[in-house]
Amino acid sequence: MSWLTVLPILIPLTTAVFAALAWQNLPAQRVIGLIGATALFVLSVVLMVVVWQDGVLAAQMGAWPAPFGITLVVDNLSAAMVVITGITGLAVAVYSIADIGRVEANAGFHPMLHFLLAGVSGAFVTGDIFNLYVWFEVMLIASFALLVVGGGRAQFDGAVKYVALNLFSTVMFLSAVGLLYGMTGTLNLADLHMKVREVENTGLLAAVAVMFLVAFGIKSAVFPLFFWLPASYHTPPVAVSAIFSALLTKVGVYALIRVFTLVFSPEALGEAFDWIQTLLLWIAALTMITGVLGAAAQTEIRRILSFHIISQIGYMIMGLALYTALGIVGAVFYILHHIIVKANLFLVSGVANRLTGSYDLKKIGGLYKSKPFLAVLFLIPAFSLAGFPPLSGFWAKYVLIKAGLEVDAYWIVAAALVVGLLTIFSMTKIWAEAFWKPHPGGDGAIAVTVDRGAMLALTLPIAALALITVAIGLYAEPLLSLAERAAGELMDPAAYVRAVLGAGA
Amino acid sequence: MDSLILRTATRLIVALMLIFSLFLLWRGHNLPGGGFIGSLVAATAFALYAMACGPAAVRAALRVDPRLIASVGLLIAMVAGVLAVFAGDPFLTGLWSKPEIGGAVLPLGTPLLFDIGVYLTVLGAVLSIMLALEERED
Amino acid sequence: MDALLALTVGVLVSGAVYLMLSRHLVRFLFGLILLSNAANLVIFASGRTTLALPPLVPDGLEAPAVTVANALPQALILTAIVIGFGLLAFAMVLAYRAYQSLGTVDTDAMRVAEPDVNGAGEAAEEPAPARSEAA
Repeated sequence: MSWLTVLPILIPLTTAVFAALAWQNLPAQRVIGLIGATALFVLSVVLMVVVWQDGVLAAQMGAWPAPFGITLVVDNLSAAMVVITGITGLAVAVYSIADIGRVEANAGFHPMLHFLLAGVSGAFVTGDIFNLYVWFEVMLIASFALLVVGGGRAQFDGAVKYVALNLFSTVMFLSAVGLLYGMTGTLNLADLHMKVREVENTGLLAAVAVMFLVAFGIKSAVFPLFFWLPASYHTPPVAVSAIFSALLTKVGVYALIRVFTLVFSPEALGEAFDWIQTLLLWIAALTMITGVLGAAAQTEIRRILSFHIISQIGYMIMGLALYTALGIVGAVFYILHHIIVKANLFLVSGVANRLTGSYDLKKIGGLYKSKPFLAVLFLIPAFSLAGFPPLSGFWAKYVLIKAGLEVDAYWIVAAALVVGLLTIFSMTKIWAEAFWKPHPGGDGAIAVTVDRGAMLALTLPIAALALITVAIGLYAEPLLSLAERAAGELMDPAAYVRAVLGAGA
Repeated sequence: MDSLILRTATRLIVALMLIFSLFLLWRGHNLPGGGFIGSLVAATAFALYAMACGPAAVRAALRVDPRLIASVGLLIAMVAGVLAVFAGDPFLTGLWSKPEIGGAVLPLGTPLLFDIGVYLTVLGAVLSIMLALEERED
Repeated sequence: MDALLALTVGVLVSGAVYLMLSRHLVRFLFGLILLSNAANLVIFASGRTTLALPPLVPDGLEAPAVTVANALPQALILTAIVIGFGLLAFAMVLAYRAYQSLGTVDTDAMRVAEPDVNGAGEAAEEPAPARSEAA
C-alpha cells in the first residue's frame, strides 16, 4: 500500500525524464506526455477510492520511522487535490498537442509540465514541512522554466516579477521552518501537531505562524501580496497559463489550510489565534474585492481572468478564516470547483485568440456567430465562476455563505455576495465583447482555417471540463460529502496523526 | 580569453579536477563528500575549460547535451529508489549487496547508485545554466 | 556564539533589505542571495550551537561514541543551499536574458507585460538595443 502514496510523484517524474530524453522528438514527447498524464489521472482516482474506503494512508520513505524520516500522507483532502491535479494535467496535455509548437517544445515545455505536476503532487502528499518546502521549490523551478517557454519579450518581463517575489516567499518559508524547528525539534507535520502544544512562548509561535501566512500568502496571491500574478499569468502560452491558474496558487491555499489546521490550531496558539483569524477574514474580504475591481479595469481576456483568480482565492481564504467545519467544507469545495473552472476559462481564451487573433477585447468579436458551440462552452465555466445555479460555483458559494451566516459574520457574507455580482459583470463583459459584438475587422477577420485535428485537441479538454462543471452542479452530493469528510479530518486530525505516528500517539 | 599559459595549465588542471570529483563521489559514501559536491567540482573543471577554450569546446568535449546528462542522472536516481520495491521495502530504502572480489568485500548499495544519479543530474543542470550564460545568442 | 550568529543574521538581513529596495534587478538578486544565507544561518542557530564533534559514525560502530552536533539542521541547510543555488542561478540567467530582450535592468522601466496607460515606461517599448552592447 505504501507505494500508492509515492506514485503521484513518481509517475510525473518518470514522464518528465522520458520527455526530456526525447527532447528533439516532438511527436514522441506528445505521446509520452499523454501516457504520463493519463497514468497520473488513473492512479489519482485509485488513490482517492482507496483513501475513501480505508482512511488516511501513510508511508515512511526509506523505511525511516516517523518522525525522523520523511513521511508521505494521503488523507481525503490530499487525495482530492491529486485527483484534480490529474484532471487538469490530462486536460492540458491534450490541449498542448495543438497549442505547443516546436519552439516551445525545444524550450522544454513537455518535461517541465510533468516536472511541475510532480512538484504539485509532492506538495499535496507530503507529511513533512521541510519536504513541503522542497516540493514547493521543484514546482517553482519548473514554473520558472515554463513561464519563459517561447521567449517573448512580455514573458521575460512577467517572469522577472514572478521570480523575484516567489523567491522572496521561498526565503520567508525557509526561515519560518527553521524557527519552528528551533521551537519544537521536529519537522513531521503530525508530530508538530503534538509538539506545538508544548511550546510555552505562544507569542513567538504566533510570529512564526504569521511568517508562514506571508510565505504562503505570496504563493496563493492574497491581498496585498498578489502583484506578481497579474503581471505574469497572461504572458506565456495558454497551456502554461491554464496549468498555472489551476494549480500554483491553490497549492499555496492548500498549504495555508494544512498548516493552520494541523499545526497552528487554536489549541496551540491560544488567544493569538483570534487575531490571526480576524487577520485572515480581512485578507479574505480585501482579496475578493481588489481582485474583482482589478478585473473590471482590464480589457485583455487573460488579465481579466488573472484578476479573477485573486478574487476567487479570497473565497477560499474566507472558508479557512471562518474556521468552522462548514467553512472548511466550503473552502475545500471551492478549491476543487475553482481549479476546473479556471483552467477551462483560460483554455477557452486560448481558442478565442486562435480564432480571432488577439486577447484584447477591443480587437476581437463575432465568436458567437462563427462558433456557437464554443460560446456555450465559455458560458458554462463563466456562469459557474459567477455562481449561477445549477452550476458548481453556485454550491461552492452557497456553502461558504451559509457558513458565514452560521457564525454571524455578516460583513464578509455581504462582501462575498457583492463580489459575486461584480464577477457576473466581468464575465458578461467578455461575453459581450468577444462573442456577441461583431469582429471589428469584419466577418472575414475570424480564422476558420484551424485544421480539424487541432480544433479537436483544443475543444476536447474544454468540453470535458465543462461537463465536469455541469455534473458537479447537478449532482453535488458526492463532492460535498468528500469535502465534508476532508474537512472533518482537518478539524480533528486524530486519524492523520495516528496514521503517521502509529496507534500509540 | 586567449592565453597560452591558461590553455596549457587548464589541460592539466581539468584532468586532475575531474579525477578529484570522482574521488569525492566515491568517498562521499561514508565520509564527507558525495555526488553533489563532486559534480560541482566537475562543473568547475568544465567552467575553467570554457574560460580557456570557449563554450563550443566544452560542448565538443562533453559529446552529449548536458540536458541529456541531467535526465539520465534523474532516471538513475529514481531507479535507485524504486529498486526497493522488489525487496518489498518503501521507496528509497537502501539495499546492499556485498560481493567478495579476490578476498576483499566490496559493499555496493542503492545509496551509491542514487549518488551517481545526483552527480549526473547536478552536473547536467549546472552545465546547462553555465553554457546558457557563456554562449551569446548571435 | 548565539549572539554572534544573531548579529551576523541581522547584518545580512539589513544588507539584503537595502539591496532589495533597489530598482536595479541585479542588486535585488544580490539582496536575495544575502537573505537566503541569513535564512540558512537561522536554521543553523535553531539547531542549537554546541561545541561538539561532526556527526560521523566511526568504523565498526553503529552509533557515534561521543556527543556529536545535531546533524539535521546541517542537512536542512545543505538542501536549502542546493535549492537556493539552483533557483538563483536560474534567476541570474533570467536577468541576463531579460536584459538582452528588454534592454534594461531597471524594474521600473519593465512595463512590456503591463503597459502603462499614461505612457510612462515608454523606453522599454522600443526594440532592445542590448545585443550590440553585449557583442
